[in-house]
Amino acid sequence: MNTRAKPVSRGFGTPELIFLLSVGVLVVVVAFPMLLIFFNAFWVDSHFNVADVLRVLQREETYQALLNSLILSGGVTVTGTIVGTFFAWLVTRTDLPFKATMKLLFLVPFMLPAFIGALAWKMLLSPRAGYINRLFIDVLGFDGPLFDIYSYAGIILVETMYLFPFVFIQVSGALERMDPTLEESARISGADLFTITRKITIPLVLPSIVSGALLIMLYSMAHFGTVAVLGVEIGVYNIPVLIYEKIHQSAGSFDSIRTATVLATVLVITAALILWAQNRVLAKGKYQIIAGKSFRPTELKLRGLRVPLLILCVAYIALTIVLPTATIFLVGGLKTYGLPFDLENMTWANYNHILFEWDLTRDSIWNSITLGLAAALITMFAGVIISYVIVKMKVRGKGFLEFLGMLPFSVPGSVIALGVILAWSGKFGINLYNTVWIILVAYIARYMAFSLKANSAALEQVHDSLVEAARAAGASMAQALRDVVVPLVRPGMIAAFFLIFLPALRELTVSVLLYGPTTRTIGVAIYTLNEDGETVYSAALAGIALVIIVVGEILIKRLVTGKSGA
Amino acid sequence: MAYIELNQVSKRFGSVTAVDRMNLEIAQGECLAMLGPSGCGKTTTLRMVAGFEDLDDGEIRVGERIISSKARKYYLPPEQRNFGMVFQAFAVWPHLTIYENVAFPLRIRKLPREEIHVRTEEALKNTNLLAVAQGSPDDLSGGGKQRVALARALAIRPDVMLLDEPLSSLDPHFREEMRFEIKDLQRRFGFSILYVTHDQSEAMALSDRILVMRAGVVQQIGTPLEVYSDPANRFVFEFIGLSCFIEAGLSPAGFDLGGERHAWPEGMNPPDEIIAAGRGLLAARPTEIDFVSEGGVRGEVLRKVYLGETIDYRVRVAGAEVRIQKTRRTAGPSAGERCGLSFTRPHWYPVDDGGVVP
Repeated sequence: MNTRAKPVSRGFGTPELIFLLSVGVLVVVVAFPMLLIFFNAFWVDSHFNVADVLRVLQREETYQALLNSLILSGGVTVTGTIVGTFFAWLVTRTDLPFKATMKLLFLVPFMLPAFIGALAWKMLLSPRAGYINRLFIDVLGFDGPLFDIYSYAGIILVETMYLFPFVFIQVSGALERMDPTLEESARISGADLFTITRKITIPLVLPSIVSGALLIMLYSMAHFGTVAVLGVEIGVYNIPVLIYEKIHQSAGSFDSIRTATVLATVLVITAALILWAQNRVLAKGKYQIIAGKSFRPTELKLRGLRVPLLILCVAYIALTIVLPTATIFLVGGLKTYGLPFDLENMTWANYNHILFEWDLTRDSIWNSITLGLAAALITMFAGVIISYVIVKMKVRGKGFLEFLGMLPFSVPGSVIALGVILAWSGKFGINLYNTVWIILVAYIARYMAFSLKANSAALEQVHDSLVEAARAAGASMAQALRDVVVPLVRPGMIAAFFLIFLPALRELTVSVLLYGPTTRTIGVAIYTLNEDGETVYSAALAGIALVIIVVGEILIKRLVTGKSGA
Repeated sequence: MAYIELNQVSKRFGSVTAVDRMNLEIAQGECLAMLGPSGCGKTTTLRMVAGFEDLDDGEIRVGERIISSKARKYYLPPEQRNFGMVFQAFAVWPHLTIYENVAFPLRIRKLPREEIHVRTEEALKNTNLLAVAQGSPDDLSGGGKQRVALARALAIRPDVMLLDEPLSSLDPHFREEMRFEIKDLQRRFGFSILYVTHDQSEAMALSDRILVMRAGVVQQIGTPLEVYSDPANRFVFEFIGLSCFIEAGLSPAGFDLGGERHAWPEGMNPPDEIIAAGRGLLAARPTEIDFVSEGGVRGEVLRKVYLGETIDYRVRVAGAEVRIQKTRRTAGPSAGERCGLSFTRPHWYPVDDGGVVP
């Protein structure tokens, strides 16, 4: 900010010190683990070796993982994009009843962890034990299960339920911001509503559709939970699941680590390609379609379809949100898994047991909350300082800093976890393996980008002249920071805190690779209980997790709107 | 002959009456500007003519056809009205080239390929866009985009052109240029224009007649000259051009300003019903007040400011502050001096004149 008073050429001063510190933090936390992955993947027998990497990729299991990742994320992208675009259009461009409520409900899947959904669907639709399938076989006399959730289609469907909001948010936002006169001018030109939708509306929001679709693909590629829960029964695994198996089942073996690093490299490259494509789409399709003076866009009259489509929406929400959630809580209250949901089979004992009696589950809740808080606080403060360097200081090389900070945004969680293992397992003098600290370090690396985004956005609002005005009014630099900058940046900091705290609470992909005997997170505990066949306890803990997440979301919405509402 | 006819047209949004029983006739080839402050209902009127809003009362005809009618519950959809329309925010489609934008309405009408080409080229030529036809409208300035919108509206050779503040988003120097272009195109093609604006100089320059609206109610319809020199009420007087008002006591013999009595000058007495009220508002344009050395209405010069070609005076008269503008070539009193004023074309309105209200 007052760099005019302290030009860069003056040599080494406070700005340079802060800059170097920031670079140091990011190099140690982010860059070093990432480089180790590439190093381990390509550096074999003390020389650079691409042929060996190709050999690893051609192995049956790695090849299968790549193929499955492609099939699953491709499928989820297609279905998620169709579902998301359709609902977005429905709530912004038609006279569907209760549109505002529907719009909020369609966003709910975003805060629910997909792997808990996968658990619920397993309880409902596993071929033999699933409650729905049993209903159809035992009561309605079907020969076989109605639907087998242990299948590519099953995994794709479950992931779609939780990932379609990426497209929904992008497209409904674009449709809402779009200048209605773009469509009106087509109407007055003689086009009917169907032609307008086809020739004007869809092409104009196409960049948003594609960019949302690519986000779905990115997340599905990197997604561990659903595939791990549903695919394992039929031997279907994607890249993150195979990385998990390599690390967990043959821990320490050089070959498994190398396979994992090769897979991680593929994942990083794919993610980078997807993000690059998304940037291209957004840059190329940056149509200026923002509304000037706003008249409401013409709503398509659904007429006879109004009620059927409303029923469809309600049914979709009931089926994808209410049913799985209810299943989790009900199964969590069963005396034994598999019993029918009669009152005599229900008990509070499970909830009591996992909350107050069982160390494993109690610790996991405590671990997740403390890890979330610690990661959020550290990352928030580090983020403010690094953002300050990026946005406000005129130091050379800050582009590098920005690149480093944003890097984890495109790096899947399993890759970060793997990098952290390589860096902090004692090879370089520090051994954090099997402690909570290694999870904390991974969380900080993973969520730094969130903090930088929120804080940079807030800092960009604080124009230099605001500080200069404070100085002109007689405030010292410190006073100006305290009385002008900090109050203006505070909403960004609070946002960053919760952007990190909430996802960390329900996190599975990273912690499942890093947990030790006493350092399970909630996600890990739910996942491992399910693996061990403790379905009822797993469901009960998932229920508790859902309560914590939903209460957290609500509290935070209230807090954030209350504080930054001005 | 009336070509477009609005008959008792009303529109309500909730409890707000946006347009109240409006009657309006526009002749073939006429340009009518609807002028008024924002929220007065002018855009709503235009959108009812375009077919984007239905009516809460009345009907709209164009030529022989009824296009909107509350009584018959009949609304011809906008896409079948065959009007040209230009919007304030351009509304050119960024995903199409300039050529495709202009050809769009013709393609929708499934005209023969050859005719589409001829008419698109013609519209592009008439708006000086032929050279850039294959480019993207996003590369054009605001004025260029608005030309594309104009060409697109022209391509169907409409009888009626609806213009919704088409110049408001343009840079000032483009505005004047576009104004001439629109006028020129109208002369050549002879369409009727319904033109919405809040800029009175735009309305004056373009239109054959001006309609002044306020809170959904028509205040006055007349030629630009009529509306400027004979405003129907205080609102119109104030909305069109600069104005000042002085409250005065009235009697058949003359008027009373701050205790000074003045006889009615020849032919300048207000209508009897205003005199009968006992008090009235003297309304004048700053350029239509002269300084006189003898007699006249007495005032005191508060400020005198040189604005280049004109000199701007603030004069206190009978407790009111009056603005006077003279060219710099006329000698006038200095600040602080007492002076005499004469009003060349005074208008008188009732003191509580709220204009035409429902």
